[in-house]
Amino acid sequence: MAATERPPARPRPVYLDLFAIRKPIPAIVSILHRASGALLFLVGIPALLWSVQASLASPESYAAFAGFVGHPVVKLAAILLAWAYLHHLLAGFRHLTQDLHVGLDLGPARRSAGLVFAAALVLTLVVAVRVW
Amino acid sequence: MVNPTQKKHIVGAHYGLADWLAQRLTAAVMIAYTLFAFGILLWHGGLDHAAWKALFANQFFRVATFLFMLALIYHAWVGMRNITMDYVKPLAVRLPLQGAIIAALVAYAGWTIGILWGHP
Repeated sequence: MAATERPPARPRPVYLDLFAIRKPIPAIVSILHRASGALLFLVGIPALLWSVQASLASPESYAAFAGFVGHPVVKLAAILLAWAYLHHLLAGFRHLTQDLHVGLDLGPARRSAGLVFAAALVLTLVVAVRVW
Repeated sequence: MVNPTQKKHIVGAHYGLADWLAQRLTAAVMIAYTLFAFGILLWHGGLDHAAWKALFANQFFRVATFLFMLALIYHAWVGMRNITMDYVKPLAVRLPLQGAIIAALVAYAGWTIGILWGHP
């Protein structure tokens, strides 16, 4: 009898479509952790090495470098990389606390993920204001 | 009878604990260096070329920076290898890609040495 009173079945996804699944905040922080890491490898490391080399070589190259990073597009790129570094660092720090069995329950894990997400954006904003 | 060597995977993380630990130790080194370098920057309140050059002439700072870069390079290897293991399934693509990643990281290590000790 009870079985016949069930509401009609709603359509369900039959495969894992990552774009159709609503992702909780820890999942968003997790995929951004990976994406920011890849960005730091592909762009961040060569940009860091080139920047240090160019700014260190001579007073002239230092001035040329300062002029280059004064360009708005370069500033935007630097701010994006700053966000990638901050998000990756904070999300990684969250992993370190979880390794110590701190904040493993669902509620605290969601809150810490939200905190990481927001703190990275706020600190990036501080960097952006400083850069601009 | 299955020959045990046939069960061997030629790729993989060799099942993880050492890499898991290395990823965390290198992260701790990088967090420490980041706070250290940021502290120096705050202390000076911006560095002109002379101060910047003097900082990199300091042998302790050079060694600390090199340690940071080695931690970063190893950390990047573990992370990028995980990405290739998750998304790049054909071995004929994955192995050359991993080779290119290793080559880039070794080149970055050489570049770092050149910057830190190349022009005394």
